[in-house]
Amino acid sequence: MIERASINDNSTNGEIGFDDEVLKVKNLKKYYPVTSNVFMKAKSYVKAVDDVSFSIKKGTTMGLVGESGCGKTTIGKTILRLTDKTDGQVVFQGIDIHELNRKDLRKMRPKIQIIFQDPYSSLSPRMPVGEIIGEAVKDNKLIPKEEFDEYISKVMIDCGLQPYHKSRYPHEFSGGQRQRICIARAIALNPDFIVCDEPVSALDVSVQAQIINLLMELQEKYDLTYLFISHDLSVVEHISDNVGVMYLGNLVEYSDKESIFSEPLHPYTKALFSAIPVSDPDVRNERIILEGNIPSPSNPPSGCKFHTRCRECMDICKTQIPEMLEVKKGHTVACHLYTGKSLKE
Amino acid sequence: MKNSKKTTKKATNKSSDYISAKDARRIAKENRRITDEFEKIKNRKNVPESEYTTEMKNSNNLLEVENLHTYFFTDIGVVKSVSGVTFNVPKGKTVGIVGESGCGKSVTSLSIMQLVQRPQGQIVDGEIRFDFDKAIYDIVKIPTEKMQDIRGNEIAMIFQEPMTSLNPVFRIGLQINEVIELHNPEMSKEDVKSRTLEMIKMVGIPDVEKIYKMYPHELSGGMRQRIVIAMALSCDPKLIIADEPTTALDVTIQAQIMDLLRNLKDRINSSIMLITHDLGVIAEMADEVVVMYAGKVVEKGTAHEIFHNPSHPYTIGLMASRPGIGDKKSGKLFSIPGSVPNPVDMPNYCYFRDRCDRAIDACNGEYPPQIFLSDTHMVTCYRYLKDKGEQND
Repeated sequence: MIERASINDNSTNGEIGFDDEVLKVKNLKKYYPVTSNVFMKAKSYVKAVDDVSFSIKKGTTMGLVGESGCGKTTIGKTILRLTDKTDGQVVFQGIDIHELNRKDLRKMRPKIQIIFQDPYSSLSPRMPVGEIIGEAVKDNKLIPKEEFDEYISKVMIDCGLQPYHKSRYPHEFSGGQRQRICIARAIALNPDFIVCDEPVSALDVSVQAQIINLLMELQEKYDLTYLFISHDLSVVEHISDNVGVMYLGNLVEYSDKESIFSEPLHPYTKALFSAIPVSDPDVRNERIILEGNIPSPSNPPSGCKFHTRCRECMDICKTQIPEMLEVKKGHTVACHLYTGKSLKE
Repeated sequence: MKNSKKTTKKATNKSSDYISAKDARRIAKENRRITDEFEKIKNRKNVPESEYTTEMKNSNNLLEVENLHTYFFTDIGVVKSVSGVTFNVPKGKTVGIVGESGCGKSVTSLSIMQLVQRPQGQIVDGEIRFDFDKAIYDIVKIPTEKMQDIRGNEIAMIFQEPMTSLNPVFRIGLQINEVIELHNPEMSKEDVKSRTLEMIKMVGIPDVEKIYKMYPHELSGGMRQRIVIAMALSCDPKLIIADEPTTALDVTIQAQIMDLLRNLKDRINSSIMLITHDLGVIAEMADEVVVMYAGKVVEKGTAHEIFHNPSHPYTIGLMASRPGIGDKKSGKLFSIPGSVPNPVDMPNYCYFRDRCDRAIDACNGEYPPQIFLSDTHMVTCYRYLKDKGEQND
């Protein structure tokens, strides 16, 4: 175990208490500069993540859905501080990750892990599996040398791998097993929080089920908290407790799973849900086809960013940016349709 | 023979997939001998037309695949990617092919296009009959030069990754032009261009002239997939083979592409062979469904039969393992235990037996026969043989 107390002492954000909310993201912004020349000043910015706030409670899973290019992955990366933020706060267990210095950040790293989308490119082809899983454990000196081998075997068994796989190389494994290796690599550090960035979208349906089951088992066993990024809504519905829907760098709707799937409020969420194919040839649900493509994030539309593709676009949508409103208990949405209908309790 | 016995003994001593250098050389030599024979037949010049002309079993079918065997002769042994696949594609209908990766769905489609990597990959046995209005040809026996007229013109293919199936150094317009020019040499340049613009417009892209001059990297994934579809449809093919056309795309774009395919199918009245592992897509698009497992068809029937009465344990497992929107079951998803058997060394009993939770004694016997539950619903599983026997008595 790492001494968490020592990190807490160095924290510059002593005032943010940490209760059951493991992760708090506050007004997070991440802009990428667009330049025509390396030496020139930025002409404009791609607003990959623009003012997003949410929090995740301990032991729960938050699903993050949206089309590609809407900033889901950027949020994941910024939470881990794999890229630096532009503005805002990422508070993990009471500590603002982006305020930590190098040394403290390194101590923090084992607590937050990530599982990447593509199990084919996220494993080093030159390292045997045992080393891939154990490298970070060794680096962080989490386990004494004598117990190291045994510990790696235990982690591998937990993740559905066999200890004799240790000396094999990633190319000898199938996609599903590789994803298990990626999961084992993350779990080995005994983290509290894992960002799962589309962990199952590269896999077959039957293998997908195995991996989802594994993730849920591990969550129960180690009391993990997940941020589950995916564009597959059926998977998100299965695994998440809360769901956030993103569009062009904004969180447009956030709610618990039951509420959002039974009664989506934002027009974009409605369109997204209606696009899911139903596995029944006799059922044809009315489909809301979104015209056109996602607008360029470097030059987003004024007002509500969705108004160019929205069916229920009003005049106000073109000029005013909608605020996040709590329409039902625990169900917030950013849409002018619900202005004045907000819940006042 | 004596030699091979020795090697199996040796192999069991070490790990199961161990092959010594000597064995690998022996296998390679043997493979070379077999593939050379196939190549000799393939490389003949001036093959008479009568040799590859056949008859359709049912005139309503556009494509009939019968007992297709496509093997790959690799240095570790013969991989039987497709062994005994039989299905039909009726005119104007959509046939969906489902299965895990590695089950042979893509190889089946490549065999139909005669695009299997030669000389390692060979169609060893079987017939692929295709109805060209003038005559009916067997694609397995058709010479390569003749096949070039058919590819693109009569049968077109949409590949899985729009990123890799477009050439990054040519403009979109030129790439579609090329296809049209190649198949219609008599067309003038202006006609070709106007046809290209018409195709781009047909797949629902605004700003046709602008797109015409763009490079593939300037487009998003959904747009690129549309371009690939436009290219595939530019010669009004009779059969469109769509190999996982929406796997790389978002749900909203997927919905657009599926709508597009359905509309286009009606407009040019062609058939679609849709290959995917997404059961939702199959349910929406397909009239008939073929479920493949380890190179064989395990179940086939109309979409209604497959989705409401899945019979093969593999199909049932596949249906159960998919998390569904709106169904309130939570907790563990069903997952099929184990994994697909080694393609080099297939068992001689039912390929699914080792993973099957409903196996009966009969499953230890040889590979189960085709059992028809109705006129259209076929399944290869011993559990249904017994039922049928009783009914007949």
